[in-house]
Amino acid sequence: MTERRAIGLPPPAGRTLALPVNWPRRLAYIGLAFYAIYAASTLDVSLARIARGLPQGAHFLARMWPPNTEAIKLDLMRQGLMESIEIAVLSTFFGILLSLPLGLLAARNLMPPWVSWTARTLTALFRSFNSVIVAILFVKAIGFGALAGILALIVGTMGFISKLFAEAIEEVDLKQVEAVRATGASFANVLIMGILPQVMARFAGFSAYQLDSNLRNSTMVGIVGGGGIGAALFTAYQRFDYDYVFTILLAIIAIVMVSELVSVQIRKIFQ
Amino acid sequence: MNLAISAATMAIDRSLVIRHLYKEYTVGKPILRDVSLEIGGRGITAIIGPSGAGKSTLIRCVNGLAPATRGEIIFHGEDITKLSGKRLREMRRRIGMVHQEYSLVERLSVMENLLTGRLGYVPAWRAWLRKFPESDVAHAYTLLEAIGLEDFANRRADQLSGGQRQRVGIARALMQEPDLLLADEPTSSLDPKTAVEIIELLATLAASRDIPAIINIHNVDLAKRFASRIVGMAKGAIVFDGPPSALEDKHLGEIYGGQSWLE
Repeated sequence: MTERRAIGLPPPAGRTLALPVNWPRRLAYIGLAFYAIYAASTLDVSLARIARGLPQGAHFLARMWPPNTEAIKLDLMRQGLMESIEIAVLSTFFGILLSLPLGLLAARNLMPPWVSWTARTLTALFRSFNSVIVAILFVKAIGFGALAGILALIVGTMGFISKLFAEAIEEVDLKQVEAVRATGASFANVLIMGILPQVMARFAGFSAYQLDSNLRNSTMVGIVGGGGIGAALFTAYQRFDYDYVFTILLAIIAIVMVSELVSVQIRKIFQ
Repeated sequence: MNLAISAATMAIDRSLVIRHLYKEYTVGKPILRDVSLEIGGRGITAIIGPSGAGKSTLIRCVNGLAPATRGEIIFHGEDITKLSGKRLREMRRRIGMVHQEYSLVERLSVMENLLTGRLGYVPAWRAWLRKFPESDVAHAYTLLEAIGLEDFANRRADQLSGGQRQRVGIARALMQEPDLLLADEPTSSLDPKTAVEIIELLATLAASRDIPAIINIHNVDLAKRFASRIVGMAKGAIVFDGPPSALEDKHLGEIYGGQSWLE
C-alpha cells in the first residue's frame, strides 16, 4: 500500500481520496471573487478613477504643510483634546463598571439559559450601531455636549466588553471552580476566589483595549455634537483650514500612542 | 440540652453510611448501581477499580457535586442526597476534598488557595478584601509547615510542581477542619515516588487529626500499603470489600477483568 502511494497510483478501489477537493469552500472563493469585481464596477472603483483623484490629493497634502501653530488655535485644540480624554476615561470607567454584571449574566456556564439569553440580546443590541450613530441619538435626546458623547461611548463599551467578559468567563477551568465550590463556598465566594482570579488578567487587557478604542472614538463623537476635539476638527475641514487639520491629527496620533503605552502598563500590572 | 447533645455527637460521629445509592447521568445507564457502604469514623478506605467503574462519581455524590439519583447518604445524621442550597453548602464545609491533578486556583497564591478552604465560613466582602480572620491565617501557616511549604505562602500556585500542588490541595482540604476527607485520584498525575509521598502525607495528616478518609486510587500497591480497608468497584457496583490482606489475585481479576496482566 505504501508503495502504491509512493509511486503516485490512485488508492485501491473502495478507499477514500487522501486529499479530497473541498467543493463548498472552492465555490465560496469563486463567489467572493465575482462579487468583488461586480461591486467595484458598480461603484466606479477603477485605476482611471484613482488617477483622476491623485492631483486633488497632492493639492490637499500640500496645503497641510506646515502645521498651524497659532497660539489661539493650539489653545482651542488643547481644550478639545482634554475634553476628549475626559470623555474617553469616564465612558470607559462607567462602561466597564456596568459591563461586569452584564457579562456575568451573559455567561452561559453560570447562568440559566433565559438569563444569559436576555443579557446576550441586550449586549448585541448595544453593539449593533457604531458609536457615532448612537451619539447622534443621544445628542437629539439630551442635547449637545460631552454628556451625549459619554453616554454613547458607554453604550458601545458595554456592547463589546460585556460580550468579551462573558466569553472569558465561559472559558474558565471548571475544575478550579468546582474545587472552590466543594469547600462549601457561597456563589459570591466562588465568583471572588474561583472565577475572578482566572479572568482578571483578561478583563484588564480588554479594559485597556477599550480605553484605547474609546480615546479614538471620543475624537469622533464631537463631529456630531457629542463634545471633544471632533467639533474643532470637523469645523477645520469645512473651512479648508488643512494646516490646522494637520495639527489636530498629529496631536491625536500622539495621544493614541501614549494610550498604547498606558495600556501596556495596565496589562503588566494585572498579569 | 438537646442542642448540646447533638453538638457532642456531631463532634464524635464521623461515620458515613451509604445505602442503595444509584446515579444515572442518562436515564437507563446507571454509573452507580445499588452501592451500599458503611465507613467507620476513622482510618483510610481505598476505593480501587478501573476507569469508568464509578469511583469518582461515588465520592462526588458524597459531597453533592454530583447529585444522586436514588438512595441515601447519611452523614452527621442528615441525608446528603436530600440537601440543597445553604444546607448543602453547610454540609460541604464538613467534608474536605482533595481533587485530581490541577485543581488549585492557578492564579491565586498558595496562601490564598489555603484560605479558600475557609470560604464556607467567610462573608463575600471579607473574601473580596482578603480580610480573613487571624485564626484562619495562623492555621494556614501551621498547615504550610506541616506540608513543608512554609516558604511558599506568597508563591502563585501555577509556579509549583505537581507534588507541591497536591500538598497544597491536601492543606486546603484540612483548612476546612473537616470530619471526612475525600480524595479523587490524588496521585494520578504524579510520578511514582511523589505519589507515595502524597498518600503518606494524606494518611499521616488524616490520622493525626482522627479524620476518616476515602481515597480513590488506581494504584493497587499504594492502596494496600496505606489503607486499612479496600473497596473494589467494577461497572458501578462494589465487588470487593475487606482488609488489604484479603485482597487476592482472583479479586483483582474480578475488579479489573481478565487475568493476563496479573502475571
